[in-house]
Amino acid sequence: MTALGKPDIGVACTHCGLAVPLGLVDATVERQFCCSACHAAYDILQANGLGAFYAFPEKRGAAVQPSGRSFEEFDHPAFAELYVRPAPEGMQTTELYLEGVHCASCVWLVERVPLLLGGVVRAELDVRRSVARVTWAPAAVRLSDVARVLDRLGYAPHPFRGGARADMRRLEDRGMLLRIGVAGAIAINVMLAALALYSGEFSAMEGAYERLFRWVSLGLTVPALLGRGRVFFSGAWAALRTRVLHMDLPIAIALAAGALRGAVNTVTDSGPVYFDGVCVLVFLLLTGRFLQVRGQRAATDAAELLYSLAPTTARVRDVDGAVRDMPANALLPGMLALVRAGESFPADGTVAEGDSNVNAALLTGESRPTRVAPGDAVFAGTLNVSAPVVVRVDESGETSRLAKLLRDVEASAGRRAPVVAFANRMAGAFVAVSLTLAVLTFLVWLPRDQAAAWDNAIALLVVTCPCALALATPLAVTVAIGRAARAGLYIKGGDALELLARPGTLILDKTGTITEGRTAVVAWHGAPCARGAVLALEAGSSHPIAEGFRRAWPDLPASEATGVEHVTGGGIVGRVHGHDVAVGSPAFVTARATGAEAMLARLSDETLTPVLVAMDGAVVAVAGVGDRVRADAAASIATLRARGWEVRMLSGDEARVARAVARAVGIASELVTGGATPESKLAHVQAALAASRDASGHAERPVVMVGDGVNDAAAIAAADVGIGVHGGAEACLATADAHLTTEGLAPLVTLAEGAERTLRVIRRNMLWALGYNLVGVSLAVTGTISPLIAALMMPASSLTVVLASWLGRTFEAPARAAESLTGAPLLPTREAAA
Amino acid sequence: MSVLFIVVPLAMLLVAGAVAAYVWSAKSGQMDDLDTPAVRMLHDDE
Repeated sequence: MTALGKPDIGVACTHCGLAVPLGLVDATVERQFCCSACHAAYDILQANGLGAFYAFPEKRGAAVQPSGRSFEEFDHPAFAELYVRPAPEGMQTTELYLEGVHCASCVWLVERVPLLLGGVVRAELDVRRSVARVTWAPAAVRLSDVARVLDRLGYAPHPFRGGARADMRRLEDRGMLLRIGVAGAIAINVMLAALALYSGEFSAMEGAYERLFRWVSLGLTVPALLGRGRVFFSGAWAALRTRVLHMDLPIAIALAAGALRGAVNTVTDSGPVYFDGVCVLVFLLLTGRFLQVRGQRAATDAAELLYSLAPTTARVRDVDGAVRDMPANALLPGMLALVRAGESFPADGTVAEGDSNVNAALLTGESRPTRVAPGDAVFAGTLNVSAPVVVRVDESGETSRLAKLLRDVEASAGRRAPVVAFANRMAGAFVAVSLTLAVLTFLVWLPRDQAAAWDNAIALLVVTCPCALALATPLAVTVAIGRAARAGLYIKGGDALELLARPGTLILDKTGTITEGRTAVVAWHGAPCARGAVLALEAGSSHPIAEGFRRAWPDLPASEATGVEHVTGGGIVGRVHGHDVAVGSPAFVTARATGAEAMLARLSDETLTPVLVAMDGAVVAVAGVGDRVRADAAASIATLRARGWEVRMLSGDEARVARAVARAVGIASELVTGGATPESKLAHVQAALAASRDASGHAERPVVMVGDGVNDAAAIAAADVGIGVHGGAEACLATADAHLTTEGLAPLVTLAEGAERTLRVIRRNMLWALGYNLVGVSLAVTGTISPLIAALMMPASSLTVVLASWLGRTFEAPARAAESLTGAPLLPTREAAA
Repeated sequence: MSVLFIVVPLAMLLVAGAVAAYVWSAKSGQMDDLDTPAVRMLHDDE
């Protein structure tokens, strides 16, 4: 066997930066490409003077995978009615959801390349939502042209469905930003006034000036509290009404106590004003809340994006033979839909005319096309690969299998119980203790000095404001998520991090997660000379097995084949150097040659699919074709198990294959489930979830699902934490709580370790905040706290938490393992030069 | 020092102006996308 698979670490694709498979390295040229699509994208850019793209330090990190579709439906009136809006000066505008948008260089490409078409006026990309807004002149260019260009660069476009929800959310976001901005401006100005007051304390400020600054602070604090800080009071009020002790309650008490006492002191011109502390608190808390909401939002976008991936229009043949287009949702059972090669099926149905191959990866995760003939069932969303067919519609729109699966995803995502933050669970005890202490302080001091009793009790309430507690979690989580993103782990919500910190049940998908997810020639027995003949036959084929052969022996000299004939579902025959050669399944080759059994017996590994090679009527070789197990899978699974995780495997493949792969990576066969459909994967995860809950519904051990396909999406959404792996389908990545951008399972270990460290930082923050409050309380109770110290202590504790979160070691910079996998870039990056 | 009685309210007016400008910019949608412009400004080299 030649050296297979192991990517050559030294050579990176000029376009995407990924390692170039050894077989494709051409030592004679400077530019190297990992696939022909990347090469095509490179040529497009060079031809249009956009070579500057390659100067960006950030690489796309994903090979270009164009869908090759025609996107003709984008020009259809039904499409226009649904998604296209008129723009000024006769232009039209629409929003497209793009697959594969990751980084800065993506923005550059997506916003420039469509403009080359002429007629496209503007293309703007929102990188966080992966939505591009395109404005074009319908007279000069068609939307399908724009779509094709984007597709060729690897950003397959889909109409963005969910505009209404996005608009609502935009208003919500604006409201939050407005509050933060105004609260920030007020806080800074009150701090300035406070600075004057504090320096006045030491240099005996004249009474008139002091009053001026106190009144200015009061004037600024009132709008801050009643306008921007109102959310805390309404939150506290809601908590009181529902009798749930929420973090908002102690915060509202402290804010109200500080502001009221400050106002009274301002009017009576005595004692401390707490305005600076109050305003800074409002600002910090609003910011913390904004960060939290943004994190949670990403997780709820999932369903919207999923719907954008489903086909939109269908071509229907009427009884009289006329062909017309209509929206896919309007298809009725019994209608005949025409589906051309390269298009997705618009509805569930049965094939009425034509033979073709169908790629059902969307539903099954199996990327190998299956053959369909009249009478076979096909499903909406799956891809018609090779030939046009006519489909009799059975179910369409909301009742199709795809729509049901998407509803499962949506329902699972919505049902996911929000993790009750540790801080919120403590809030009740916290309120009780601080209120009791305040009352006690007041009562103890009352007989001695009435004014001091008020001051001390309020100083206690202000000092014990749990802002540090409220900030501890969102801040530590936000910082950790930022660091993780730099290490190639995209985590959407803080709850995922919290859950991953404790070991639980880890359910791994097989194809594409534990294995590489693509067909490779793993074994070869028989005459070496037959290889050249096989390559010659397969040269013109786009079948995955043909690609596997090409990847396996890239450096063999190519020979010519004549009279090549593809037999759908069987194999390929032709003449090479005067020999009749047949390559294909055992049944196909046995019908044409002798000696198949003896050769098949030499292939001992039962997980491999045999491909026989016959020359002139005799079987001369057998190739074992299969999906290779990732190099780091066994070690990563062992590490995770050592950390206390129970590792299980789910696979859409038959049980025999699944068990063999499980053996290779060290998963016990009773923890393996084969032959799983998307629905049964979901059921498996739900069963695991039910088993992990105790009577009160609290999960001691989280259930984590790791997968890569749309078939895993529902299970991923249902699990406590869903993780999409490198190279996964867009729909799967959209529903996942975390997304690994580096290959292999090693990032999973990094994720678990980082999550554990993050939880440690959160705990440390909380302990610190509690200890801090304890000191403050004892000072306030004894009356030794001066007004100055009380007002300073409040924001100071928040500041400490900010610093502690920032300095906490959670996720390391990119791991060395990740670097060696992606390979050294050919072009010097800015970081490398620094 | 009595200039403070004029300067401080003046400063507050300036702050009010700045806040009003911010409110306008947020309401007119300039802050809708907080991620892309940060990336885009690196590209404007023409």
